[in-house]
Amino acid sequence: MSESLAIRGGRVLDPGQGLDLVGDVLIREGRIAAVGAGAASEAERVIDATGLIVCPGFVDLHCHLREPGFEHKETIASGTLAAARGGFTTVCCMPNTEPPVDSAAVVEFILRTARSQGQVRVLPIGCVSRGRAGKELADMGDLADAGAVAFSDDGSPVADAALFRRALEYATAFGLPLVEHCEEPSLSRDGVMHEGWVATRLGLRGIPAAAEDAAVARAIALAELTGARLHIAHVSTAGSVDLVRRAKERGAPVTAEVTPHHLALTHESVMAGAGESPGGLAYDTNAKVNPPLRTPTDAEACLRGLLDGAIDAIATDHAPHAIEDKLCEFDHAAFGISGLETALALCLTLVHEGRLDLPTLVHKLTAGPVRAFGLERVAPGLGSLAAGAGRPADLRPAPGDVVVFDPEAEWTVEPERFASKGKNTPLAGRRLRGRVVATVYEGRTVWQM
Amino acid sequence: MADRSVRTESPEPRTQDIEGEVVLPSWSRRHVLDLDDFSRQEIEQVIETAAAMKEVLSREIRRVPTLRGTTVVTLFYEASTRTRSSFELAARSLGADVISIAASGSSTEKGESLVDTVRTLQAVGADMLVMRHRQSGAPYLVARHVNMSVVNAGDGWHAHPSQALLDAYTIYRHLGDLRGRKVVIVGDITHSRVARSNIWGLTTMGARVVLCGPPTLLPWGLRPDQQREEEWGLPSVEVEPSLDRAIEGADVVMCLRLQLERQQAGLLPSIREYARLYQVNEERLARARPEALVMHPGPINEGIEISPAVAHGAHSVIEEQVNNGVAVRMALLYLLARGKTNNREALA
Repeated sequence: MSESLAIRGGRVLDPGQGLDLVGDVLIREGRIAAVGAGAASEAERVIDATGLIVCPGFVDLHCHLREPGFEHKETIASGTLAAARGGFTTVCCMPNTEPPVDSAAVVEFILRTARSQGQVRVLPIGCVSRGRAGKELADMGDLADAGAVAFSDDGSPVADAALFRRALEYATAFGLPLVEHCEEPSLSRDGVMHEGWVATRLGLRGIPAAAEDAAVARAIALAELTGARLHIAHVSTAGSVDLVRRAKERGAPVTAEVTPHHLALTHESVMAGAGESPGGLAYDTNAKVNPPLRTPTDAEACLRGLLDGAIDAIATDHAPHAIEDKLCEFDHAAFGISGLETALALCLTLVHEGRLDLPTLVHKLTAGPVRAFGLERVAPGLGSLAAGAGRPADLRPAPGDVVVFDPEAEWTVEPERFASKGKNTPLAGRRLRGRVVATVYEGRTVWQM
Repeated sequence: MADRSVRTESPEPRTQDIEGEVVLPSWSRRHVLDLDDFSRQEIEQVIETAAAMKEVLSREIRRVPTLRGTTVVTLFYEASTRTRSSFELAARSLGADVISIAASGSSTEKGESLVDTVRTLQAVGADMLVMRHRQSGAPYLVARHVNMSVVNAGDGWHAHPSQALLDAYTIYRHLGDLRGRKVVIVGDITHSRVARSNIWGLTTMGARVVLCGPPTLLPWGLRPDQQREEEWGLPSVEVEPSLDRAIEGADVVMCLRLQLERQQAGLLPSIREYARLYQVNEERLARARPEALVMHPGPINEGIEISPAVAHGAHSVIEEQVNNGVAVRMALLYLLARGKTNNREALA
C-alpha cells in the first residue's frame, strides 16, 4: 500500500506505549508514519474519528478458523472477515483442524490461504503432539521454521505429564511458548457445564473448577522445572487466576489469557438463555463452552486478574460451529462460542459498569497479547502505534494496523448477520454498547461500518 | 401399625362428573416439563382432578370421551414399562388416539435429529407429545420447536413431573395436607429425576424435605458440610448423610432405585456396604412415625435400597403409587386439553 491514510481527530489510545491523546494517526506504505495532534494534515484517504477511540488493531491469541477440514463451520476467509469486523488485525489460530497442524505443510497451507483469502494477519499455532493424540511430540522444529508462533493441543489438554514436560523442554530450543488447555480429564470426564447449582438444577454433569485448578498447578510446576515459556489458555476459575498470580510473583515464565465470555457471563447463561424458553429453562447450547462458564465469583476473580496483571491478554477462543452442532440435546452439542464479533462489546459492558478501565481493556487486546507470545519477533511494533520517526533506526515502524471504535454505539446482537459462519452465541438478541467503526490492516481498510 | 385409611374426598371436590358441568379454575399451562414452575394451587388442581379421574377408573366402563379426536404420541427414547403404559392407559381412558413410538438408541444414532423427529410427529397430526429421553433438557428443546403440548415423562437426571405429582397425590390421600410433613428421600439423588421433581413439588406443598445418601451420590450444593455461595437457585432442603438420623420422625420415606453401575463407576465401594448403610429396613423404619408411608418409584432392587419386608409391608404404598399414576396422568392430559380449548376460545 503506497497510499496514505489519515485517521483524524480520535482519542488515540496505545496503552503499550503509554499513549492517550486526541489527535491523528497517519499510515503510509502500510505502516504507522505519524501519531499526534495534526500529524495527518495531508493524506489520500481520511477516516474521521472524531469522538471515537483509535487504537492498535487487536491481537487475538486464541481462535479457531476451522480450515482445513471443517470448512462448514468456518473458513480462513470467513473467520478473518469476522476478525476484521471485531477489530482484530492479528489472529493466532489453533491447530485442531483436520488434518491438525502437526506438519510444516499444514502451516504453509494456512499461511498461503490467509495471504490469498484472508482479511487480516493469521499466525498459526502448531500442535504439541503428533495428530493431537498426546502420545509423541509433533515435529516442533519443522512447525517453528514454517511459521508457527506457539504450540498447543488446544481442545484437549496434554494429559500425560511426562510428555508435557518434554514438550516444554523441547520448545525452549525455538523460544516459542506452549499454550496449555488446562483440564484434568479424569475430573472433567463427560461434563457439559460448570459443576455448581445450575448443573444440579438442570440435571447436567458438571465440570468442577478443580479440574482446571489442578491442571494449571501441574503445568506451572513443569514450567518452573523446565524454565520453558508457558501460556495458560482461557483461564476460567478463581483458583487458576490465583495460581498464575503466585507463579508470576515467583518469577515463573508464565502468561495467561481470559476470554470475554468468562469475564462477562456466568453458568446462569446456560439456564437463562437468550429470549423466552418454555418452562423457563433454556438449556442453551450456545452457552456450552469449554472451559465452562463459571460462577460470578470466578468471573470477578478473572477480572481482578486482568486488572492486577495476573492475566496478560483477552483472547476470544472464537469457536464457530454449524447450526446442527448446537440445535440438539445439550449433552450432544459441541462446545464453543463464536466470539470475534462480540468480543469488544462484551468487554465494554465491564467498562460501562465501571469495573474495567478503557486503557486496560485496550492494553489486554493489543500490547498484552503481543508480549505474551513474543510476537514482536514476527512483526516488529505489532500491537502498538509506534511511528517510524520516533523509533530507533534498527526498528521498523509498527504495521499500519488500527481499529477505530465507538464505545457508546448501541446495537443488537444478530448472529444471522455475523460474517463468521458460526452463529453460535449466547448473546443473540442482547443489546450491547460499543461497536467497531473501522478496521485497518497494513494501511488497508478491511472493515468500515 | 400404619393407618391405611385413605381419603376419598379431594380438597374441596369441585369436579363431580367430568362429563357433565365442570367448574374448575382456569389452566393456562401448555406443557408439563417440571414442577419447578408449578404453584401450590396448580398442584392442588392436579390432585383434585386426579381424584375425579380415580372415580372414572372405578366405574364399570372405565372410559370417558373427553379427549375424543385428540392424538397423543408417546415417544420413548429410553425403555420404560410403568410410565409408558400408565400414560397410554390414561390417554385411552380419556378417549384419545394413541400413537406409541419406541425410539431405540439416540436420535443422532438414527441419523435424524430430535427436532426433526418431533416436527414430523406434529406434521402427522399429534396434539400432545409425551416424551422420555436420556438427555436432561431434551423436552425443553422440543417444546421450543413445536406447537403441540409436551409432557415430560422423564429427561435424564433432570425431571419426572408426573411421578412427583402422583407421589404428592399418594401422600395427600393418606396424610392430607403436606405442610410440615417430613419427607425423607433416600439414595442416589445425583442421578435421580424423581428426586429432583419431588424436591420441587414437595417443598412447594410445604413439606420438609430431607435428602439422605452417600455424599458421592448427592449433587453439588446438596452435599453435607458444603459451603454455599450467595447465589443459590435450588429449593431449600435439609441434607443428612446418616439414614438412622434422617428417618427419625419421618412421615414419608421415599426410596430411590440404585443403579448397580454406580458401583462400577467408582461412586460406591460396594453394593453390600450401600445396603448396610442406606437400606430402608424394618429396624430403621421403626424410627419413623407410626403411620409413615414408604414409597418407591420402581423398579425395585429388593434387598438393596429396600428390604423385601418393608417393600411389601404395611407401610408400603408402592403398588398404590402405580395405580394412582394412571389417574394423575389422566388429570394432566385432561387439564392440558382443557387449557388448549380455553386458549383457542381466548383467541377466537
